[in-house]
Amino acid sequence: MLAIDVISTIFLAAGSLIMITGTVGLLKFPDFYTRLHATGKCDTLGQILIILGCMIYEGFTFITIKLLLVSAFYLLAGPASTHALMKAAYVTGLPVWKKGDKRM
Amino acid sequence: MEMTEMVEDHRTFSIALTFCIMFIFWLLLSAWTIYLPEPYDLSKVSRGILAALIVTFLTYEIFVPGRGEKVLLKTRRFIPYVGWELWQIYLATIDVAKRVFGILEVDPQIIEFDTTLRSDFALVAFADSITLTPGTITIDVEPERGRYIVHAIAKGPADSLTVDQTMQKKVGYVFMEE
Repeated sequence: MLAIDVISTIFLAAGSLIMITGTVGLLKFPDFYTRLHATGKCDTLGQILIILGCMIYEGFTFITIKLLLVSAFYLLAGPASTHALMKAAYVTGLPVWKKGDKRM
Repeated sequence: MEMTEMVEDHRTFSIALTFCIMFIFWLLLSAWTIYLPEPYDLSKVSRGILAALIVTFLTYEIFVPGRGEKVLLKTRRFIPYVGWELWQIYLATIDVAKRVFGILEVDPQIIEFDTTLRSDFALVAFADSITLTPGTITIDVEPERGRYIVHAIAKGPADSLTVDQTMQKKVGYVFMEE
């Protein structure tokens, strides 16, 4: 039991750390498009690790299957929502930051 | 006469297959732990059957693909691709974390390129893959020419799409549209 606790805690901690990295990127990057890079990519791996930690903690039950379906749904919906935000910004003509410009 | 019979057969098969999958899905999600250990009660199970029937008649036309689509072969090729894609997600997060903490540079650019992909599934799979792999996000897709507009965070990730083209080849191989 203890081993399962330790392993799932390691996964949850790693996922949280990656989510925090994404948030730092959100605050640090210069414009809208690059900020979406930080959140869109870090959230995907972060949620995979957090849900994996929950699945290991839960053992092999029907909740594990539900968690797996949640993770699979996020893998489809995450890139689609990032793309929708990106396209909305691009179509409305938000300027793209180039190297050397002022932070937006 | 034979043609209409074949179409009718395919329709019945689609409805039956979709209903089975939807009902199993309902059992997995809600029925197993709540309803089945209790004494057998048709009114509770009938709710699941009703829900599965409604979903079946809304979606059976798009849920089961037409004849001659080689679904099994595509599925068999798709599973290793998912494994490769999970590895790319890991690499993408390491890449963006390096850029957040200033180890690699941030030099955004917008690139356009054409691909050989035409079908809806292939276009969507490739657009999602671009967003998940290191340093690139899809902005727009033109389905007629297979043209993609992509925002890349630096020159390296942009080159891996336009010069190397590993991912185009992999998606083209999976969906047989090389």
